[in-house]
Amino acid sequence: MQKLLEVKELKKTYYKKKVPFVVVDKVSFDVNKGECLGLVGESGCGKSTVARIITHLTAPDTGSVLLDGAETLFLRGRQERWLYRNIQMVFQTPQDSFDPRRSLGDGIMESIRNQGIPKVQARKRMYELLDMVELEREFACRYPHEVSGGQCQRAAIARALAPAPKLVICDEATSALDVTVQVQIASLLKKLQKEQGLSLLLICHDLALVQTFCDRVLVMYQGNIVEQGAPDDVIMHPQKAYTKMLIESVF
Amino acid sequence: MEERQKATRRRRQVGKDGIKLKMILFGAMVAGVVLMAVLAPYLVPYDPYEQDLGNALLPPGGVHLLGTDRYGRDMLSRVIMGSQSTIFSALLLVAVITVIGSTVGILCGCHGGKLDALLMRVSDIFLAFPGMVFAIAAASVLNGGILNAVAALACISWPKYARIARSQVMTIKTMPYIAAARLSGSGAFKIVIKHMIPNIAGPVIVTAVLDIGTMIMEIAGLSFLGLGATPPTAEWGSMMSNGRSMLQTSPWVVLAPGVAVFLTVMIFNLAGDTVRDLLDPRQRGR
Repeated sequence: MQKLLEVKELKKTYYKKKVPFVVVDKVSFDVNKGECLGLVGESGCGKSTVARIITHLTAPDTGSVLLDGAETLFLRGRQERWLYRNIQMVFQTPQDSFDPRRSLGDGIMESIRNQGIPKVQARKRMYELLDMVELEREFACRYPHEVSGGQCQRAAIARALAPAPKLVICDEATSALDVTVQVQIASLLKKLQKEQGLSLLLICHDLALVQTFCDRVLVMYQGNIVEQGAPDDVIMHPQKAYTKMLIESVF
Repeated sequence: MEERQKATRRRRQVGKDGIKLKMILFGAMVAGVVLMAVLAPYLVPYDPYEQDLGNALLPPGGVHLLGTDRYGRDMLSRVIMGSQSTIFSALLLVAVITVIGSTVGILCGCHGGKLDALLMRVSDIFLAFPGMVFAIAAASVLNGGILNAVAALACISWPKYARIARSQVMTIKTMPYIAAARLSGSGAFKIVIKHMIPNIAGPVIVTAVLDIGTMIMEIAGLSFLGLGATPPTAEWGSMMSNGRSMLQTSPWVVLAPGVAVFLTVMIFNLAGDTVRDLLDPRQRGR
């Protein structure tokens, strides 16, 4: 298996009234090419911070993130765009991840246009992307508040796929949706992963979803990765006390 | 049940239409006032600067609808001509402070850190100062003149806009759509222009429109003190000041520009309230 993303020794401390609080403590893991990796853990255990560090939305204290063997954490300006062509993210709250004053199509177009594609071709590509996420083309001129959460999340996935990335990080992408839509979105992601040869990093606290869709799973607790392996092994035969507790609280 | 829903919807619809109607009405009044200022040189029945000492201090009525001042200049012509300097300088002032204030606010909100702390302390100092006192001092140092009065008032009025813009930027900065725009490959400048400004514009515009009235009064106030428009320029504040010694014998010399200020400020304030209702539905009905 070829490694796509290597996360090494990430550490991040937040300060609350000058009291340090370590959210991510020496976290290391790899994402292989074409795999669907699940990252589970309770709220506040640092899952989202890891995602935000990988996508440069938060700066870590120490550690490194390598994409195809190249360090990404020091990229700035134009070089940062190279990172965003390869790594994209789908956010937890679909409606908030689109500018309320712009249509969904505009939001997707922004990403395509930033790759230097002229308007006419960009529009064509935008419609292709909407077809890909099984969203009717008329949704391009709808505004975020006019569509349902599931439809909005499909548009967000279309936007994430616009630069043809190698890795898509889904930060609780299904948590804000109701159960039936969750499965639809997860299946869509899985289908796209197969079609496009994507790697997926599924950040999630829904163990059932992880068990169904992921090839490998990491369990995170208080800033550390406490267990990893195939989802069936981890969920059926948990080694660590915390994992057992987490699983018992769900099933 | 359905009946009640229908009634609620109807009421809401009426409320919305009412605001639109009000907006059209007050918008037309504002347009009228601004048009009067623009076309002032063509609207005046007499030359507002031509002295005619034989007809000084004529009471309203007859050929001079609003009477004449102590130099025999037609008051109506002077009030119309005065609208130009007063309203234009107020609009200029509001435009300048909106642009400067929001730019500083956006810069502080986006950049944060030491720059933010420094600029906000500067704005604190201005906010702590009694505004009019500072404006009087600044205007007199700058030696009068209507543009200097605008500059003096601009100095003390921008921090309010900086505060509003900054707090708005702080709230939307952490929204996922800003992060999503970054991930789409948009640079900081593009994000500010395309995503931030449109989303913070509402409250800033409302404040600006509501401020026009206040600024008209402050400019007229500085002119009244002789720190704004210089004679013989027709300006409402200085016209009132010139007539104040004759308040008991010929009150129209003061009343004409006074009523003009009153009406204009009222029109701009009502229009401002309506704009607020239109752009900020949460405030509706307060």
